Amino acid sequence: MSDLRELYQQVILDHNRNPRNFHELPAATRKVEGYNPLCGDHYTIYLDLDGETIRDVAFVGSGCAISKASASVMSSMVKGKSRDEADALFERFHRLVTGDSSLSADELGKLAAFSGVSEFPARVKCASLAWHTLHTALAGAENVVSTE
Amino acid sequence: MTTALIQKDHQAADLDVARIREDFPILGRQIHGKPLVYLDNAATTQKPNAVIDRITRYYTHENSNVHRGVHHLSEVATAAYEGARGTVKRFINAGSEKEIVFVRGTTEGINLVASSFGRTNVKAGDEILISAIEHHSNIVPWQMLCQERGATLRIIPVNDAGELLMDQVRAMLNERTRLLAVGHASNALGTINPIREIIELAHANGTTVLIDGAQGVPHLEVDVQDLDCDFYAFSSHKVYGPTGIGVLYGKEALLEAMPPYQGGGDMILSVSFDKTTYNALPYKFEAGTPDIAGVVGLAAALDYVSALGLPSIAAHEHDLLLYATEQLEEIDGLRIIGTARHKASVISFVLEGVHPHDIGTILDQEGIAVRTGHHCAQPVMMRFNVPATGRASFGLYNTRDEVDALVRGLERVIEVFR
Ligand SMILES: Cc1ncc(COP(=O)(O)O)c(C=O)c1O
Repeated sequence: MSDLRELYQQVILDHNRNPRNFHELPAATRKVEGYNPLCGDHYTIYLDLDGETIRDVAFVGSGCAISKASASVMSSMVKGKSRDEADALFERFHRLVTGDSSLSADELGKLAAFSGVSEFPARVKCASLAWHTLHTALAGAENVVSTE
Repeated sequence: MTTALIQKDHQAADLDVARIREDFPILGRQIHGKPLVYLDNAATTQKPNAVIDRITRYYTHENSNVHRGVHHLSEVATAAYEGARGTVKRFINAGSEKEIVFVRGTTEGINLVASSFGRTNVKAGDEILISAIEHHSNIVPWQMLCQERGATLRIIPVNDAGELLMDQVRAMLNERTRLLAVGHASNALGTINPIREIIELAHANGTTVLIDGAQGVPHLEVDVQDLDCDFYAFSSHKVYGPTGIGVLYGKEALLEAMPPYQGGGDMILSVSFDKTTYNALPYKFEAGTPDIAGVVGLAAALDYVSALGLPSIAAHEHDLLLYATEQLEEIDGLRIIGTARHKASVISFVLEGVHPHDIGTILDQEGIAVRTGHHCAQPVMMRFNVPATGRASFGLYNTRDEVDALVRGLERVIEVFR
């Protein structure tokens, strides 16, 4: 049971219930879809890029609590950040969910809510979907990202 | 004969489930410190010792290639392999062993028909009829065939309970309908289709019928002659046998007229660079060394099921279905998807505010295995406007206690999420 509470931390349940930045973004300069065929998680991520800065970010779509909370937390973390900062967060997130426990609380910030995910290998893809999609959007590709 | 003899009367109480569970070693396992509650039987079933031991015995004492050697072991292996064909023939009451083709599973059986029957009989402008609740393996091979031949795939719609609209079947059958392919039972919803009536309608229209029996054979007595279906495909692993093996039944006259599916050894009589003569049925469709151990394991599984008796198994599973339906309907916010009057022991459901994937993870922590997702039936999910469902599917070894465990697990899910 402790494992479950580790996975479904309050932050995750809260972001799942009330996702932040959960809307379309008419001003978006980039729009990329992310899809996980295994569970049907499907999100569209909108980015409003101002040079190197993420001026605004939003998302719509549906999926499990882990994927939705991850998209929501991500959007609130990268808003106003530079591309490099967003990429660095993505890198930290990836290390966290694949079992690297060497990251400090400072380095993680709100990402810490996902520290239980690495114990659930089947859910790593759910947690990573939005981040991979963001990564693709930042790289400038307009296509569908799949985590399968 | 033997199978008919050991079949018993149709009482659920006939099955001594506590004893039966001892036949399945995996059911003694703990998952995350809890006893395994295996409710994913529509995906694959667990295997009894009778099957596991038979495969071990084959590899320990009988292993050899079939139809090739004159040495003793090859004769033993061939006898076991061909004996298994006889077991399958009796199990589904086929007219002849020539009509039993061993394939990898339902998927390969359907692909064989699409490829071999389809390419010779389906022309541009023809139509193939399937239903809105098919498994992807009874959709994609027909799409591929239609694309290749310039034919049209048409879809029989279902009502909100997940039942085929029979007046639509009548309306859609026409002089262009070459083939109709439907499932015996739906893996996603549990619906048992009225295949006898469908076959009659199709035949009255001169249309050939394939039944995807993946979810039929484990739960329902199948008599292919009585049904008069033209093709019937099923998978061993869903009826307590090993993975990697399955059966395509086809009427002899149809199979006889069809070209081979794959070329290679075993499917030929003679080969020269000018001319190859194909082997007789069913070998024409069994190119290469077959899954001999799988075939003997399948026969052991069918013997096991026959000894318990499908009517008793069906009665027990029906009891579980009714009990589970009743119990699940009590849960606040739970909705069952698929409420056909005739159902196999499959319950698809959604829980308000909780994605099925999260349900699956939480139940797993309780040792409960259910399937979550689209169940290889994305069009069904679209029809019922859900991204995915949770699915509990029951087999002959499940119990009411396990249904209770599922209900407690779902209450736990609600607790985590509310
Ligand atoms: C209704 C139905 N048809 C076809 C299949 C495909 O069977 P297999 O994967 O064994 O070929 C399945 C199994 O998931 C099924 O449930």
